[in-house]
Amino acid sequence: MSNLHSIKYFIPELIILATVLIGIIADLFYSKKKSYLTGNWILGGLILALISILLHNLQNVTTLFTDMVALDPFAVFFKLIILIATIFVVLISRYNKEFTDYRVGEYYVLLAIMVFGLFLMVSAVDLIMIYLAIETVSIMSFILAGYLKSERRSNESALKYVIYGAFSSGLMLFGMSILFGLTGVTKICLIGNNLMALEGGANFALMISFVLILAGFAYKISVVPFHFWTPDVYEGAPTTITAFLSVAPKAAGFAVVIRFFHIVFGDSVALQAGTWLTQTEIPWAQILALLAVITMTLGNVVAIQQDNIKRMLAYSSIAHAGYMLMVLPVLSSDSIYAIMLYLFIYIFMNLGAFFTVIAVKNITGGETFTDFMGLGWKMPLVGFVMTVFMFSLTGLPPTAGFIGKFYLFASLIKGGSQFYWIAFVGVINSVISLYYYMRVVKVMYFDGEPQKTISNPILPVTLILLVLATFIIIFGIYWTPLADCVRNSLIFYIGGL
Amino acid sequence: MNILQVYLTLAAVLFSLGIFAVITRRNAIAVLMGIELILNAANLNFIAFARFGGMNFSGHIFALFVIVLAAAEAAVALAIIINLYQNFQSINVDEAQQLKQ
Repeated sequence: MSNLHSIKYFIPELIILATVLIGIIADLFYSKKKSYLTGNWILGGLILALISILLHNLQNVTTLFTDMVALDPFAVFFKLIILIATIFVVLISRYNKEFTDYRVGEYYVLLAIMVFGLFLMVSAVDLIMIYLAIETVSIMSFILAGYLKSERRSNESALKYVIYGAFSSGLMLFGMSILFGLTGVTKICLIGNNLMALEGGANFALMISFVLILAGFAYKISVVPFHFWTPDVYEGAPTTITAFLSVAPKAAGFAVVIRFFHIVFGDSVALQAGTWLTQTEIPWAQILALLAVITMTLGNVVAIQQDNIKRMLAYSSIAHAGYMLMVLPVLSSDSIYAIMLYLFIYIFMNLGAFFTVIAVKNITGGETFTDFMGLGWKMPLVGFVMTVFMFSLTGLPPTAGFIGKFYLFASLIKGGSQFYWIAFVGVINSVISLYYYMRVVKVMYFDGEPQKTISNPILPVTLILLVLATFIIIFGIYWTPLADCVRNSLIFYIGGL
Repeated sequence: MNILQVYLTLAAVLFSLGIFAVITRRNAIAVLMGIELILNAANLNFIAFARFGGMNFSGHIFALFVIVLAAAEAAVALAIIINLYQNFQSINVDEAQQLKQ
């Protein structure tokens, strides 16, 4: 679709851009103490964008701006979950005491720019656009990770993030340049076709280029061996940003990975049983499966040894990336469906876990296991919702995490007997993860005694935590509407229009 | 050796030097320079393929965008490094060691 025609389909993104501008200008009029009010403008803009996405009746799959971004139910689904995550993060940021000494106007604006980048990321179908979107998101997250300027830990996490981030996107760019040289195009739907026509001699160059591109993607979803930044950045960054980084860019990263692998290597008959169409004789499915297995094992095993809850949750988020990646080798509609469903649930439970850390840190000032000691008796409500989130992250019924894991494993088993070993490792990993998630619950309830005075976090924080916990329990008992909604979003642009 | 191969070799050498700098240097500015080398190696590849490989203009456009993004990234990275200097009185990557397990 030509540029001018595209604009009317680009309204949600335009609303967010307008919000960014309004936010910057509004921030000029607030004093330092009142600068949190910028958040209200941003929140309004995000809600408007959410409404405009929901109102837009998507008739057919199309591409905008001369095949730069795709407009399809798949992208819309990811935009919705990104918006939901951002709205929760903006809501809780207001009550995060880490920001007390800082001007927070820019914080909200940067968050909104990041949402714009994420929107482009989930819909990009051109190498140029993929690179641009990933960089937009990365640069914003570097700044946000280092937002607490005078705090050494925040500063250090930003430094590590910027070095790892720029390095791996440089690797990805070099890989893209080789891929461009081999195929002569930047549109990923044409790359797949042109790869078919390549001769066998190009295999080595092709392998290098895909390994390098995979490095860029793996950094975004924190897959081994590009996970080193995750624990340090997650621990040092402001907790609200940690919560955001652990869900939204990860979801968008998975959208890019799914799109890229499916369009380049997948069967062009939309989402039939998984076949890796490639003449290059490189066992992509096995490589991805191995990466996934290493990722979840490392995440779970290292998480056991952590004393800082934020750091433990960082390793747990690496493990969850592994769970989601493990079904990608199947490359069937069932596996992509399972990833999307899991991402949706993962957003609620991970945000919830990090928000609980914020609520506790606001009161105790710390984020280690000792700060959680006896929490179930001191703050019964926080203790209860944290238990729900921990159960859900482990994947125990009757929480939503169980449903997500169930679909993941089901799609693996359906994929055929060559995937059974991955499912086996996945189950073992879930059992390992039970240890450190339940350690939190144990510390909260068994390392303390009933208190006479109980306290609660301030009302808005309590409400947000309760809403998240309610969603998790509801989706754990009655998930049919959610599953249907995800099923309907399983249509995406595969080229040739 | 045709002209395209010369350019590709140069780009590969630049890329390797960039990786070497990122891995071995302790000074944050030198690490950044290594990253710039990697980005420019990729740019050289794009331009060489577009010019001598008989391909379309996408390569040129890609290189232009990369230049812009590299500038933005360098600005943010330098700001973070200045902040690092204020907090640690050093721009050594190894000095930043508050976060460890």
